[in-house]
Amino acid sequence: MSDIPSDLKYVASHEWIRDEGDGVVTIGITDHAQDLLGDVVFVELPEVGAEFATGDDLGVVESVKAASDVYAPLSGEILAINGDLEDAPELVNSDPYGDGWFVRLRLSDTTEVDDLLDADGYAELCEAES
Amino acid sequence: MGQKTALYDKHLQMNAKLVDFGGWDMPIHYGSQVEEHHIVRSDAGMFDVSHMTVVDVTGADAKEYLRYLLANDVIRLQEQGKALYSGMLNETGGVVDDLIVYLMTEPDVTGEWFRVVVNCGTREKDLRWMADHTAQFDNVALTERPELAMVAIQGPNALAKVTSVLSEARVKLINDLKVFQGRESEGWFFARTGYTGEDGLEVMVPEEYVADFWQALADAGVAPCGLGARDTLRLEAGMNLYGSDMDEKVSPLMANMGWTIAWEPAERDFVGRKALEKQRETGVKQKLVGLVLESRGVLRSHQKVMINGEEAGEITSGSFSPTLGCSIAMARVSADIADTCHVDMRGKLVEVKVVKPSFVRNGEKVYS
Repeated sequence: MSDIPSDLKYVASHEWIRDEGDGVVTIGITDHAQDLLGDVVFVELPEVGAEFATGDDLGVVESVKAASDVYAPLSGEILAINGDLEDAPELVNSDPYGDGWFVRLRLSDTTEVDDLLDADGYAELCEAES
Repeated sequence: MGQKTALYDKHLQMNAKLVDFGGWDMPIHYGSQVEEHHIVRSDAGMFDVSHMTVVDVTGADAKEYLRYLLANDVIRLQEQGKALYSGMLNETGGVVDDLIVYLMTEPDVTGEWFRVVVNCGTREKDLRWMADHTAQFDNVALTERPELAMVAIQGPNALAKVTSVLSEARVKLINDLKVFQGRESEGWFFARTGYTGEDGLEVMVPEEYVADFWQALADAGVAPCGLGARDTLRLEAGMNLYGSDMDEKVSPLMANMGWTIAWEPAERDFVGRKALEKQRETGVKQKLVGLVLESRGVLRSHQKVMINGEEAGEITSGSFSPTLGCSIAMARVSADIADTCHVDMRGKLVEVKVVKPSFVRNGEKVYS
């Protein structure tokens, strides 16, 4: 069973969202997602300042197995990206909820957060997919 | 649930992630494919390859039968245990399968015994094909050996670690093996062959002994490795994968397997010979090359190769090379390709270097 921290929110495309307060969230991919992908070898992230609507392609994760799009789980503007992933993409595998984070986003519509899955909802979804 | 090898319980014990592979439940990795890859390049790793198909070919006509069945010529096996890589072709010169054949007995004795190892995904087709082609020979017997499990131990420290768990007699047998040679020992078979570009052994073991052998190797510091690492290792070594880099519609001349065709003696007839001779005369329009992507991203099979904006072939195998830290691929392209081209990667044209399809040997980069 994969690790699904209860203090995070999730979307069905396997990204996690951490509320940092003040309308800012941190985004990454879940333990379940990194497990499906296998060893991550490249992560392509957007530029700081870029704006995304919910569901837009935010980046790409390339693993030994496949290339996989990462979608913006919420609308907003990129405040920061995790530059460590350029030299150490394996952080996505070893610490998906910590050092393997992808981007920090300033939300353009904080009410969208209400549509996200909680840990139980996401666990159910993973269960159904397996 | 798929078929299980005799090592299935060991794989579960060692936390393998299992996937379906040609109808078998096989380990794809035991945690990290990339780490397993590095272990084979730097130390020693072991792979369960018991799913591969082993067929013994015996009888007074065994040699003549194989000389007819295979594009390479088993007459080249002039020492007991020597191995030969060959394509088994159809009449149009396409590859039915690629295989390794060992001469089990001394050469030129009456009733030579050969051992053939073919792919798992092609087992039924191969067995049928091989049986059908015995028709014109009076005395050939084909015996499949499903009771033999097989473990490949590969890497610079593979031989030292394997010999640390075996009897003195077997250690001597292994120490006397040349590269690409195998010998039997009381029902076991030790061959200095592999699919990684490193030194190592492929060991056939009666399945009742294989779990203990596997555990002894693990205790001696040989890391279990999955088929994921096996694929990136073979790709770096420039070794073809059947079904990806060639198949029944592809000639060995278009699959970097020209060296496996024994044209001489010209009077030897083999299945596919006429078609190949015609291709050799007129020249083939495509060949298999290596591609190296020095920027970020990963080349994947079926991506299109572009030359001057025109489609000029496609990638047959592509992945990330853990040893080189960038992506590499094999691609079937126009024979007149220059030393660079482009690949359509998810809608973006990316420049790649064209090299001979061999990237890493014995841990070192080999292309330039």
